[in-house]
Amino acid sequence: MKPENTGIKKTAAALGTVAGFMLLALILPRYYLYLLALILTTGLLATSLNLVLGFGGMYQFHHAVFYGTGAYCLALILTKTGLPAWLGYLAAPLAAALLGLIMGLLTVRLSALYFGMLQISLGSLVWAIVYRWYSFTGGDDGIHGIPVPDLIGTSRGAYLFVVLVTGACLAVMYRIVTSPFGMVFTGIRDNPERCRAVGINVTGHQLAGQVMAAFFAGVAGTLFVTVEGSVFPDMMFWTLSLEILIMCLLGGWFTFFGPLLGAAIIVVLRTVVGSYTEYWTLVLGVVLILLIFFLPEGVLGMIRRGGDNAAGK
Amino acid sequence: MHSGGITFAALMQQVLVGLSRTTILFIVSSGLSLVLGVLRIPNVAHGSLYMIGAFVTFSVANFYGQTGFGFIAALVLAPLVVAAVSLVLERGLLCRLYDREHLMLLLFTFAFTLIFADLVKMIWGSDYRSLNAPAWLQGSFDLAGLPFPRYSLFLLIMGPLVALGLWLLTNKTRIGKIARAAAVDREMVDAIGIDVSRVFAAVFVIGCYLAGLGGALVAPTQNITQGMDHTIIIEAFLIVIIGGLGNIWGALLGAAIFGLTDAIGILVWPQFAIVFPYMAVVIVLLIRPRGLLKAIW
Repeated sequence: MKPENTGIKKTAAALGTVAGFMLLALILPRYYLYLLALILTTGLLATSLNLVLGFGGMYQFHHAVFYGTGAYCLALILTKTGLPAWLGYLAAPLAAALLGLIMGLLTVRLSALYFGMLQISLGSLVWAIVYRWYSFTGGDDGIHGIPVPDLIGTSRGAYLFVVLVTGACLAVMYRIVTSPFGMVFTGIRDNPERCRAVGINVTGHQLAGQVMAAFFAGVAGTLFVTVEGSVFPDMMFWTLSLEILIMCLLGGWFTFFGPLLGAAIIVVLRTVVGSYTEYWTLVLGVVLILLIFFLPEGVLGMIRRGGDNAAGK
Repeated sequence: MHSGGITFAALMQQVLVGLSRTTILFIVSSGLSLVLGVLRIPNVAHGSLYMIGAFVTFSVANFYGQTGFGFIAALVLAPLVVAAVSLVLERGLLCRLYDREHLMLLLFTFAFTLIFADLVKMIWGSDYRSLNAPAWLQGSFDLAGLPFPRYSLFLLIMGPLVALGLWLLTNKTRIGKIARAAAVDREMVDAIGIDVSRVFAAVFVIGCYLAGLGGALVAPTQNITQGMDHTIIIEAFLIVIIGGLGNIWGALLGAAIFGLTDAIGILVWPQFAIVFPYMAVVIVLLIRPRGLLKAIW
């Protein structure tokens, strides 16, 4: 098969999926639209983390801070300024990317583990400031009742917006991963020394990856504001960072769609089990342990490997 | 002596408060550091064990009607309960995972923070609990004209005792020496016929015991709540990182930096007090990314 053909097929499949999701808005009741919007938002967040974690091999331990930055930036523009909403939606991911650039400049020179640790420290510092700055960020109360534009303010409108934005972002991220840049990025993950030896600017690529991941996390932050109408400092607390990390590991962090699946599993588990018992995290914990013992490569990683085995590899 | 409205005596008082906070931070993070250094496991569940230690202390002390004896009994029993839990965890599950990637071990211990959090909620409910120190540790005494809590002094005595105990354990006992050797080269220790797996179990249990002890000691000083696991574990990790991974004395230094900047922050700018220790951590890591003292990793 010619490469152009697979490209067209993939594009068609992607467009078909987005159209399918949009059609769901006509049939599904509000609650399910809300749940799907939440899954897609969280999935976008997890995929943005995996851009650097799975494909770049970078220990991005505090990714939530970029998500929170995007969300807070939009929330503050909508509540505290008279600027048009679209400007907020544009500025928020850029603010997250800027934070990614600043943190990246400080951290990328370090090796994997120490990179992650300095990032946790910087992220916790940002969290502590947001958590306490009552007059500006609302402190630990957060900001509620954020006036989202009317068009996307209804549950159906918000859902459609989330589908379109997530679809577009995933397409761009897929392009990045399969581009020459993505190939080099994966090469750096597998062997940084060799890449450096053949003249690749390793830290430059890592910095660029960090900025892109932060940008898409910021986009996910704006989607959260659109769906929930509120922000709170827990959005950039380290537990959320660990939770997204787990979504990637759970779904399969060496695959593109794994994190999306991991996010879906966790959000659904929380909502469905949470409606039966208040002890849903206990169930999640047990599920995770079973997965570690029986599916160490994540759900998608396992399925893919099963396919390879069946193909006689 | 005035500097911006802060008297020298008030500063000294806050330094002592900070040092007693340092004690608890040190006890908890030295346990974390021990496990990280020897077993190479980033044990996120360490904070949960600290929380369990605090809740068990509450229950035991309450069982004896919050008497002086009850508190001492709790101080002895609660860390032992935590150690027993960790022994089951290590022998039952964790010991099968040592050859896995660090991220998987992180995921595994995180799964246990979820499980422990819900178990604590089931056993003790969602309300916060509080516990009074025994009568002989209540109140305060006069220190250069300012009141200094007796319990803080008690903590200031406990800290060096634990540090001394840890030093003896790692330097003077057989298990400590094997553990230090295994931290450097596990396969070599295995090759000369020592059962490393057992030593790992012992080190893990000791590390978790320290988490329980920290929880027991902190119980009379604050509300015992759900969520105290999340707060302590990030602090303990940052302390271990700035001290130097796996270095016990680094944990002491890191705990002092964290405790003191926090206490002085309360004096300087109460609203943003919690920002100060995080700022200190970032500054330390920007200058010395591998921590202040020699890291084992």
